[in-house]
Amino acid sequence: MQSRDASDLVVLDRAQKHFVITKGLIRRSHRAIRAVDDVSLSIHRGETFGLVGESGSGKTTLARLIPRLTRLTGGRVSFDGRDIDTVGGSELTRIRRRMGIVFQDPASSLSPRATVRGSVIRPLQLQGAGAREAAGRLLETVELVNLGPELLERYPHQLSGGQQQRASIARAIILRPELLILDEPTSALDVSVQAQILNLLLELQREFGLTYLFITHNLSVVRYMSDRIGVMYLGKLVEVGPAAELYARPLHPYTAALLSASPPQTPRLRQRRKFALAGDPPSLIDPPAGCHLHPRCAFTRDICRQERPALRAIGLARFVACHFAEQLALQVGD
Amino acid sequence: MKLPAQLRPVLRNPQFVAGVILLLVVLFSALGADMIAPKSFEEMDIPSSLAPPSRQYPLGTDHYGRCIFSRVVYGSRIALRVGLIVVTIETVIGVSLGLLAGYYGGRVDRVISFVTDLTWALPPIVLALAIVTALGPSLNNVVIAIALVSWAGYSRLIRSKAQSLKNMPYVEAARALGESDFSIMFRYILPNTYGLIIVLATLSVPAAILSTTALSFLGLGSQPPAPDWGVILNEGIAYMHSAPWISIFPGLALVCTALGFNLLGEGLRDLLDPRMKV
Amino acid sequence: MGLVDAQPAAGRPLMQVSDLGVTFQTSRGSVRAVSGVSFEVRESEVFALVGESGCGKSTTALAVMRLVPPPGRIDSGQVVFDGVPLLDLDEDAMARVRGKQISMIFQNPLVALNPVYRSAAQIEEALLLDQIPRDRAWKLAVGVMGDVKIPDAPERALSYPHELSGGMRQRVMTGMMISRSPRLLIADEPTTALDVTIQAQVLELLMDIRRRTKMSIMIITHDFGIVAETADRIAVMYAGGIVEQGGVLEVFEQSGHPYTRLLMRALPRLTKEEGRLETIAGHVPNLVELPSGCTFHPRCPLKRDACLIERPTVREVSPGHFVTCHYPEV
Repeated sequence: MQSRDASDLVVLDRAQKHFVITKGLIRRSHRAIRAVDDVSLSIHRGETFGLVGESGSGKTTLARLIPRLTRLTGGRVSFDGRDIDTVGGSELTRIRRRMGIVFQDPASSLSPRATVRGSVIRPLQLQGAGAREAAGRLLETVELVNLGPELLERYPHQLSGGQQQRASIARAIILRPELLILDEPTSALDVSVQAQILNLLLELQREFGLTYLFITHNLSVVRYMSDRIGVMYLGKLVEVGPAAELYARPLHPYTAALLSASPPQTPRLRQRRKFALAGDPPSLIDPPAGCHLHPRCAFTRDICRQERPALRAIGLARFVACHFAEQLALQVGD
Repeated sequence: MKLPAQLRPVLRNPQFVAGVILLLVVLFSALGADMIAPKSFEEMDIPSSLAPPSRQYPLGTDHYGRCIFSRVVYGSRIALRVGLIVVTIETVIGVSLGLLAGYYGGRVDRVISFVTDLTWALPPIVLALAIVTALGPSLNNVVIAIALVSWAGYSRLIRSKAQSLKNMPYVEAARALGESDFSIMFRYILPNTYGLIIVLATLSVPAAILSTTALSFLGLGSQPPAPDWGVILNEGIAYMHSAPWISIFPGLALVCTALGFNLLGEGLRDLLDPRMKV
Repeated sequence: MGLVDAQPAAGRPLMQVSDLGVTFQTSRGSVRAVSGVSFEVRESEVFALVGESGCGKSTTALAVMRLVPPPGRIDSGQVVFDGVPLLDLDEDAMARVRGKQISMIFQNPLVALNPVYRSAAQIEEALLLDQIPRDRAWKLAVGVMGDVKIPDAPERALSYPHELSGGMRQRVMTGMMISRSPRLLIADEPTTALDVTIQAQVLELLMDIRRRTKMSIMIITHDFGIVAETADRIAVMYAGGIVEQGGVLEVFEQSGHPYTRLLMRALPRLTKEEGRLETIAGHVPNLVELPSGCTFHPRCPLKRDACLIERPTVREVSPGHFVTCHYPEV
């Protein structure tokens, strides 16, 4: 996956984001929070890459590295072959216009003092589009996301959660970007509204050949949406693979634990095989030595406490960071 | 805007209504002073000096026989103007510095916060006294002095508000769209602090008026024969026992104005408080 | 054993709620948050009240505890708990029911715990209400922390809430709420703020408590996955009323109400290749002006004339499976 391929839109090469925290007034100690630690992955053009993990896994920080909303502290991130961290200001703006972002909380994603029209049309204005052209594109875009034009003059607090999220999506796609970064876009929505938004995202992808980075903690949503899935734990990517294969046969014990912990879709699956994890996730400041999962993993052996497993290929399309991936049979059963 | 529905709970709040009525009276007398006041504020009537309230002089006269009622009414112009100017200057300084400190953080924040804390730590009247002594006594100098020493509260509040707003997803989204820092501060962050600023500004008017009046009382601000309430109070001191009305009525006007702004500010806070709305 | 540890359907009823109604008087009119809600919770069963936001599920739970915040008011119905009509009790008697007979855990344990008390002290506080002497109460509280599977309980007993992880806080709150051995535990979105693996641990704990103590548990949730994982029987709420209730398998697999069926198909199951998700047209109705007839009719794909005019009655489509619809599918 480190191979440079014309079909890759986004490539992360040992990307690293450490936040330094300083403690103490007199005896200062600096320690790093390894929010994203040595992550390499590539997102192919036109695919949906799902990124799952629990809070503190670093998935949101990883997403913020791509439009350089936060700076790398090591490694490289490139978009369509260009190194995001070294490009100049105007080039960065041009690259950012080729990406859109949708956030989790629809209520706070739109400026409370701007109307829907003001928020959605703003990217066009910044790009210097003429008023007439912008108005036409605006109408076309709100129609694409099924937002009634009568809602354009409303303020965010006058909209339902689903309508707010449609407006956010409209703003994200109004420049017709190539990549959409979707950070938990449906987690704050009710089931029936979630279904509408997911359908909409699939339609838009089909229509514009969009590439999605879909971040979520909801495993049924990510399976439904994604072609490939990456699983993060404590800042590290622990497994990557095609969605169907990853669900059918997880290779990493953490993936198996996530799958079996996520609530079943029918009561008949209550007796599925469960891979429970012991205890709580450890702190990011002092992650355990060796494999980060070893204090919680049921399959821990000596090597796991000492040696950090590298992400390695298994078969053609799968990657896993576990010493014993081949020996464990982790099917959850579905 | 559906203001009526939002106003309803406030109109039911008797304190807010009282504040509005008090301020309407002050505003009315400031605007209509020429029509309300029976005399000019400097017209002397020596034979009637130190006269108690009567039909001719509703609030009595001072040692020059000037009509206290007229002087108090004209004084409201000075008080309101001073309040407005001081608050405008301190709002502009405090809000800009607070925005810069909160948005940029880091070194910018450390420098601005240091200056803010310094200003905050010094007693304002003493600082203003020093400035006026340096610039010479005049109302304008007092206004400048008061404004220069009282913006720290704005800066602190706006700074902390900007710190929380800059992490809102809509600000992130704006950055990702390529909005400039200036545009983010003034289009996305500032408008969401308006409620806070309005409340703060309203609540700081009394302090501004009281401080300038105090300096005028000490002879550093408005100079006689200006009908500044502070000046009238000062002139009345000598006659506190024989003609208390000279001091009582401008004092009362001062209290009512300050109270009016405070009550209005509290009411506005209930209406606009960002903690209740956002 | 049929379904995992599902209880026999014939458990004795512990709490019967009938025709419960709650109205909030607001400046915009009266909001009918809950209307005509009837259900029962049986001994040592897990009963789930499920629905989307604003459907009235949390208000129903608060009404059972008689904790509806003003301007809300219970204006109809009765709650009979173990033979005692709760809505007729005076406030002192009701206070004795809360915590001792029925207790409740909330979504956000951080705000429900007192930040200045150590975690065992929170539990101790509950025990002191039962006139247990202080020296014994602390020991018992630490024991309860062990019961809710808090590792190193004697040590964690001294931690303050902010020093604990979200999962541990939820365990402390659960411990506090079960320490007086209530007969019914109401859990309002108990795991919504937690990560998936921690959620699994907390649900497992609740199931373990039920197995050990035979306590009945009423779970309030918007997540059908949690229902599928835990419930014996469920009630689905929509716009303040119950539209369907019955055994968990019947409701999941033979949903009788169109709303339930649509919700089930709105859940992403497999992959996008398997086709679009079902969506439900329109919006949840405004509770100030509920639609005439069946509250679901403006969004229902199967509505007929009767649905616009007449309020549907509750029908028993199979033993123990109730559907509030004119044309239930069986």
